[in-house]
Amino acid sequence: MTATHHDVREPDLEAVFQATIDADQRIEPRDWMPDDYRRTLIRQIAQHAHSEIIGMQPEGNWITRAPSLRRKAILLAKVQDEAGHGMYLYAAAETLGVDREELTEKLISATQKYSSIFNYPTPSYADVGVIGWLVDGAAICNQVPLCRCSYGPYARAMVRICKEESFHQRQGYELLLAMVNGTPEQQAMVQESVDRWWWPSLMMFGPADGDSPNTQQSMAWNIKRHTNDELRQRFVDMSVPQAEALGVTLPDPDLRWNPERQAHDFGEPDWSEFTAVIAGSGPANTQRLAHRRRAHENGAWVREAAQAYAEKHS
Amino acid sequence: MSERKSWPLYEVFVRGKRGLNHVHVGSLHAADDEMALHNARDLYTRRNEGVSIWVVKAEAITASSPSEKDPFFAPSGDKVYRHPTFYAIPEEVPHL
Amino acid sequence: MSDPTNAYQSLSETTAQDDPRWAFGTGFTDDVAAEISAPVPAGVDPADLAAYCLMLGDDALIYQHRLSEWVANAPELEEEVALANIALDLLGQARVLLSRAGHLTGVGIKGGSAGSTAAEDRLAYFRVESEFRNVALVEQPDDLDFGRCIAHLLLFSTWRLALLHRLVSSADPVIAAVAAKGVKEVAYHRDYAVRWTLRLGDGTAESHRRMQAGLDGAWAFLEELFRTSDEERRLVGAGVAVDPAETRAEVEEVLDQVLTRATLLRPTTRPMGTVGGRGGRQGLHTEKLGPVVDELQSLARRFEGATW
Repeated sequence: MTATHHDVREPDLEAVFQATIDADQRIEPRDWMPDDYRRTLIRQIAQHAHSEIIGMQPEGNWITRAPSLRRKAILLAKVQDEAGHGMYLYAAAETLGVDREELTEKLISATQKYSSIFNYPTPSYADVGVIGWLVDGAAICNQVPLCRCSYGPYARAMVRICKEESFHQRQGYELLLAMVNGTPEQQAMVQESVDRWWWPSLMMFGPADGDSPNTQQSMAWNIKRHTNDELRQRFVDMSVPQAEALGVTLPDPDLRWNPERQAHDFGEPDWSEFTAVIAGSGPANTQRLAHRRRAHENGAWVREAAQAYAEKHS
Repeated sequence: MSERKSWPLYEVFVRGKRGLNHVHVGSLHAADDEMALHNARDLYTRRNEGVSIWVVKAEAITASSPSEKDPFFAPSGDKVYRHPTFYAIPEEVPHL
Repeated sequence: MSDPTNAYQSLSETTAQDDPRWAFGTGFTDDVAAEISAPVPAGVDPADLAAYCLMLGDDALIYQHRLSEWVANAPELEEEVALANIALDLLGQARVLLSRAGHLTGVGIKGGSAGSTAAEDRLAYFRVESEFRNVALVEQPDDLDFGRCIAHLLLFSTWRLALLHRLVSSADPVIAAVAAKGVKEVAYHRDYAVRWTLRLGDGTAESHRRMQAGLDGAWAFLEELFRTSDEERRLVGAGVAVDPAETRAEVEEVLDQVLTRATLLRPTTRPMGTVGGRGGRQGLHTEKLGPVVDELQSLARRFEGATW
C-alpha cells in the first residue's frame, strides 16, 4: 500500500531527508518523509494529545471544590491550558495527514493510548499539587527535548506547551509549599499523595532502555533526544532536592546519592503494575475513557448543528 | 456511532504588535469563519486586545513545494494540510 | 538573539506578569487591590454597598461554578477553552466584589491574594446558603445539556452586560473598575452565547428543539433579573447602583432580535414567583443552590483555618 506512492527516485528523497535530519534541520509537512517516520510521529503526537485531554479529568475533578478562590482560578486556568495543549498537538498531528475526529475515535475506542499516569485517581486535594510538581515535572523532562524534535510542527507546538507547563509545575509546587507549612493534617495529605504518585511518575518515562524497542530509531530520526533511562535519571536528580525543600520523603528505600556516578541511585518501579495499567486495568482506565466517550457523544448534536448552520449560511 | 465529519481546519495568523507581520501560529477547527476567529482569539491570544488575527480555511491555501521532487504530494499538491490517511496506526506501548 | 525554537531560552525569558497565556496572574493587580479599601461614597450606608457587592459578586461566583461543571465535558475542545475563559472572567469579577464586600463589613484579613482567611474566601466558603444574594438563574443546573447551557448564558450575559454598561460610572470606585473591565469581558460572553444560539436555533431539527427547550426552561428566571431590591433602590439615589428594572427594555430587545434571527420562539413560560416578596436577592433560593454551596465549600470547611 505505502510503497506504491513512491517512484524510482525514492532513494534520492530518502537521502535528502536523512541529510536534513543529520544537519539537525526540521522536516516540514510537505517534505518527503519515510512512512515509518510519519507513522511514528502520528502515534507519538496523538498519544501526547490524548494525554492532555484525558489529563484534564483528574484535576478537573477538584475545580468546583478548590479550597480558595485563588486556587480555583489557577486550577481552572491550568486545566484549560491542557485543552489548549491537546488542540496544538492534534493540529500538529493533522499536518501529517490524519484528522482530529479520526484520532478522537481511536482514543475513545481504546485503539490509541494515552499516558498511563492519568489512570490513577485523585482522591485528595494534595494530588493537585503533586500532579503539578511530579507529573508535570516529569512531563517537562520528557518534553523540553521535544522542542528540538526534527518534525517542525511538533517542535513548535512543544515550545508553546513547555512554556506553560513550567508555570503548571511552579503552581503545583507552590501549593505543596503552602500545605507543608500548614496544619499537620495538610502535611500528612502531602506525604500520602507523594507516596502514591512517586512510582507512577517514574513510569512516565517508559520501560527501561533495554525494553524500549522504538528508542533507537526515534533517536536516529531526532524525534527523541535522550533515552528513557537518561530522562528518568534526570528527573530523579531534579526531584530529590525539591522533595527535601518540601520536607517530604520519597518512598524509595534505595534512593541515595552515588558520588561516583554523581547521580542518585534509585529502586526499580513495579513494571508489572505499569504493564497492567497500559493494558487497561489501572484504577481509573474505564472511568477516564467512559467520561471522554460520553462527552464526545453528548456533543455530537452540537457539532452537527454548527456544521448545518455553516452550510446554510455560507 | 458518531458521524465521521469534523469541522473544517483553519490556519491562524496573528500580528502581535503594530508594525509586525502576521505570523502563522497554528491551526484549529471551526464550523464557520466567525467561530474560527473566536476560537483563535481564545486559544492563541487569550483575548489580548490590539492583536490582529487572520483565519483562513486550510484548504484555501495554495502552497509551493519545498523541493521540485515531490511525488508524494503531487496528486493533491494544493491541499497542503489535509490528504487522506492511507494506513492505520498500529497499537504500541506508549512512552511519551 | 531570541530563538523561538529554543524552549530553554523562552522558559527563562518569560515571567508570570508578561505572559499573555497565563490569564489569571497570581492575584489582583495592585491598582485593584488598592481600590478594595477605597472610602465609601458620601451618603451611602456601607451595609447597603456591601450587600450590593455581594449580589453582583455572588451572581458571578455561582454562575462560574455551573460553567466549571463543563470542564472536560464540552462538545468540542474549542468550547472547552471558551467556556473556561468565561468562567475565569466571572471568577475574577467575583473575587474583587467579594473582597470589597469583605472590606466593608470587616470580614477576614486585608488583602486577598492568598489563604482561606482572605475576605473573598471567608465570604465564598463560610457563609450559609441564605446569606448568598445571587439571582436564581445562575444557580440552575443545565445537566450538561449544551442547549440549556447556552440559554442560561444568553440570558445572563445579556442582562449583566446591560448592568455593567451602566455601572461604569458608579460612584463606588471598585464597582466602577469591575464594570469597566467586565464590560469587555461580558460583551465577549454575550457574543459567544448569541452565536451559539443562532447555530443551535437554525442548525438541525434536533438542535432547534433543544435550544428552544433550554430557553423555555430558563425564561422562568428572567423576571427576577429586573426586580429591584431595597438595597439597590437606596443605592441608585447615591449613584452607586443601577436599577435593574431599567435594563429590561434593552435586554428584551436584544433577546427578541436574537431569537428571531435564530428562528426561535419567545417562550411563554410563566415567571417564577417569590416567597412573600423574597427571592435570591433577599437570600431565598431555589432548591438548586444548596448542593452548589455544599460542593463549593466542602474542602474549605473541612480544613477551616488552613492556608492553601
